[in-house]
Amino acid sequence: MAFDGVDFYQLDRLLSEEERAVRDTVRAWVDEHLMPVISDYYIEGKFPKQLISGMADLGLFGANLPEEFGCAGLNNVAYGLIMQELERGDSGIRSFASVQGGLVMYPIFVFGSEAQKKHWLPRLAAGKEIGCFGLTEPDYGSNPSGMITTAKETKDGWVLNGTKMWITNGSQATVAVIWAKTGAIDDPKSIRGFIVPTATKGYAAKDQKGKLSLRASDTSEIHLEEVHLPKDALLPKSGGIKSPLSCLTQARYGIAWGAMGAAMACYDEALRYAKQRIMFGKPIGGTQIQQVRLADMLTEITKAQCLCLQLGRLKDNGTMTPQQVSLAKRNNVNMACECAREARRLLGANGILAEYHSMRHMANLESVYTYEGTHDMHSLILGQEVTGIAAY
Amino acid sequence: MKIAVCIRRVPDTEMRFSIGPDRQSVDPTGLKFDLSDFDGYALEVALRLKESQGPGEVVVLSVGPESTLEIIRKALSIGADRGIHLAAAQVPFDGLAVAHALAAELKDGGFDLILFGRMATDTGNGTVGPMTAELLGLPCVSAVSALELAVGAGTGTAERELEGATESLRFPLPAVLTIDEGIARPRLPTLKGIMAAKKKPVESRPAALGSIRLTIATLELPPERAAGRIIGEGAGAVPELIRLLRDEAKVL
Amino acid sequence: MANILAFAELRGGAPRKVAFEVVSAARAAADASGGGEVHALALGGPGIASVAGQLARYGADVVLVLEHPGLEHGNPEVFSATIAARLRTGGYRAGIFPASAQGRDLAPRVAAALDLPLASDITGFDMTSDGLIARHPAYIGKAIATLRLTGTPALVSLRPGAVAPVEHARAGRVEMLEPGLEPGQARVVVTAVTERAAARLDLGEAPVVVSGGRGLKAAENFKLVEDLAAAFGNAAVGATRAVTDDGWRPSTDQIGQTGRMVSPSLYIAVGISGAIQHLAGMRTARVIVAINRDKDAPIFKVADYGIVGDLFEVLPRLTEEVRKARADH
Repeated sequence: MAFDGVDFYQLDRLLSEEERAVRDTVRAWVDEHLMPVISDYYIEGKFPKQLISGMADLGLFGANLPEEFGCAGLNNVAYGLIMQELERGDSGIRSFASVQGGLVMYPIFVFGSEAQKKHWLPRLAAGKEIGCFGLTEPDYGSNPSGMITTAKETKDGWVLNGTKMWITNGSQATVAVIWAKTGAIDDPKSIRGFIVPTATKGYAAKDQKGKLSLRASDTSEIHLEEVHLPKDALLPKSGGIKSPLSCLTQARYGIAWGAMGAAMACYDEALRYAKQRIMFGKPIGGTQIQQVRLADMLTEITKAQCLCLQLGRLKDNGTMTPQQVSLAKRNNVNMACECAREARRLLGANGILAEYHSMRHMANLESVYTYEGTHDMHSLILGQEVTGIAAY
Repeated sequence: MKIAVCIRRVPDTEMRFSIGPDRQSVDPTGLKFDLSDFDGYALEVALRLKESQGPGEVVVLSVGPESTLEIIRKALSIGADRGIHLAAAQVPFDGLAVAHALAAELKDGGFDLILFGRMATDTGNGTVGPMTAELLGLPCVSAVSALELAVGAGTGTAERELEGATESLRFPLPAVLTIDEGIARPRLPTLKGIMAAKKKPVESRPAALGSIRLTIATLELPPERAAGRIIGEGAGAVPELIRLLRDEAKVL
Repeated sequence: MANILAFAELRGGAPRKVAFEVVSAARAAADASGGGEVHALALGGPGIASVAGQLARYGADVVLVLEHPGLEHGNPEVFSATIAARLRTGGYRAGIFPASAQGRDLAPRVAAALDLPLASDITGFDMTSDGLIARHPAYIGKAIATLRLTGTPALVSLRPGAVAPVEHARAGRVEMLEPGLEPGQARVVVTAVTERAAARLDLGEAPVVVSGGRGLKAAENFKLVEDLAAAFGNAAVGATRAVTDDGWRPSTDQIGQTGRMVSPSLYIAVGISGAIQHLAGMRTARVIVAINRDKDAPIFKVADYGIVGDLFEVLPRLTEEVRKARADH
């Protein structure tokens, strides 16, 4: 059955016709192309690569970047709606789009030279190049400033050495945006970004196996061993930890919307099931405990929708702050985790089967809770913002 | 090639609806509306022809009130080049009245091909296309399930499904065709298409409807089927089913 | 009292079942509303005048015949011009077409040519003193419209299967017609009519329809559905949109909102969950049987009889029992 969304507070009316049209087209694409295959790919632990060209054709990569680079030039509410609808399908698929658009195309757009933008952006938009974002390291997750990947300047360019971990798309990327220290190892101001074609000698990516979450997504380790790059591999306008963090703010914005999509999917599934499933002679949706579950899910989703819409308008206005994004990411992902778990419980035994989606969302959302700034990190970001005292 | 596609805004028939208080129309509260399914196939055919036959233009036309502009813009976001809105407070149920308005607009348009969906999913009539062709004096093939054009030669061939057979036809251009399902999978609007649609021209003018001689006296929901029952589980239930079909339902 | 014209559809020179339905409906309408003659119209290639006797049996007072070489496969322009010309001669209060593929193509052409009201795909009609009133399933059958036609003659196309053919023999006097358009002048030309797989009953005519959906898991498993259909002897095989989209079955087998709408006496849904767009195509069947392993599948809400179980076990057993039951006859 086609997905109909959740709109208890008629927020649809606050969207423009274009924003609704964007949402509807991605929703239809997910129904037609992703839903029929996602359970199988999740179980197999594979990313459905064949969907990349369809996503590119629709214009989903870097959708909020300008038309001159082959992108759709959408506003940020529309971009958020895209992430919402993709994650309604699966967090892994939305992660792919977040990385491609928010973590690869975005830094090239903001920190790159004209030549870099002209070369890479259209190709990434078209899905001809697949990107990944190399910031996190095995020992530096929540504390990326501590990274130990180095980029030493040479006569003809740069040489990179180091290891990155938990990199989405790492093993299938054709190009990586790698963050490395160009100066002393304890100097985060020397962190700069580099465009690294993954075929470059010394670059090796290996999938991390045994994941119980985000299984329909490639998560890899990247080893950089004496990777030589030309001078123009540097993203010239990048500098300091603020550069990669601003990319994360983009991605986190999309994730706040995406998590809502997952929560909506679980709520929708739970509601349909509750109305149809008969136990003790009546639908389980008529029992008090399940009604409380559904009421709680609906309330949390509705609150999150109001948050996201205002956040999107702030971003379009140019006044959005990273702390505002932290609040939304933290709230929405947390509530989505709970919605997914409660939906799973409402579904009873059927809820552990892959043909129902809630448990897959539940497992995925644990990754979403953890990446792009863990829930706890965002608590501290907000704490510092309101008290002025850093408690990291 | 200059191709016109006549489209209609219809309620999403997946939804439950109720009859309005006038007992002559469906209550629009809570309903979602979209391009009629078959119009989507017609639009897809038009866009593919434009892509394969070189430079051309796809114009969409629709009769109806302001809300009709939504599906005209949707068609533009899918790829049509411009839209013509023929304004009418209500779309008559009488296809001939609608055909008059379309024919008046299409007459001097110089179109090589005028496409319709086989039928609208709300009225279920399937009459406006062939009627418009007749009023324009143009050749018409309805319910086309396969199509090939030789634009240079000014001809085309089509297939249509009869009951248990397939009919093959040849026709000259310009022509009117109504399009059946199966001929082409409709594309989704791309995000760029949605943005570009805003800049495409849409003209609005009053519809010159013909006189209305077919009206809905009443609209009712069909009688509910009497509730059935699950008679058993597994292959073991089969003998009981046979007995019921033979003795109770008397269809065996 | 003015007459009623009934278009008798032929295939391969012989009347299709809908031809008898339309003539019967015209006969019943004439008899119920003060008389007038029923004129059946039979158009085709040389020799088709011989069908007059059959049409007379179902109530045609007059059989108007057009025979012309080159019209063996029919021609929409010649036929509609001929029908229009006949209606123009006057004396008719109604014209009835079948709502078959051919009828739904011809009726609107004639209506527009003569500026007459047309009610399409109706399930019944009455000729009242106020004019013709017809019933039409709209919104893919989710609503029934009662339509009023103003003007005379009023034209309708009648849904196949809505009216049962009833024998009511009349004279059936043959009158030969001239074509309303010289066939050589027709712009649209029918180059062939190719029958599909031999001896397969058409979905719209079969008294029994057995349909398969996704639950069959693979295209080759449709053999089980075909076996059951064969056991009935008078069944056609249908499919859901999901399996025709996947190419397991031809799209012409699709039953549903954008496919065929069928009204058999018995409809058996195998491995079909019951999406609304499928139900739209078969909910008017007299008896619906559903076989599905999911007891919460929506199909069970419309089925008169349901079996919850593995279709791979149920179907062969059902096929065997149907064969036995029919052999006992």
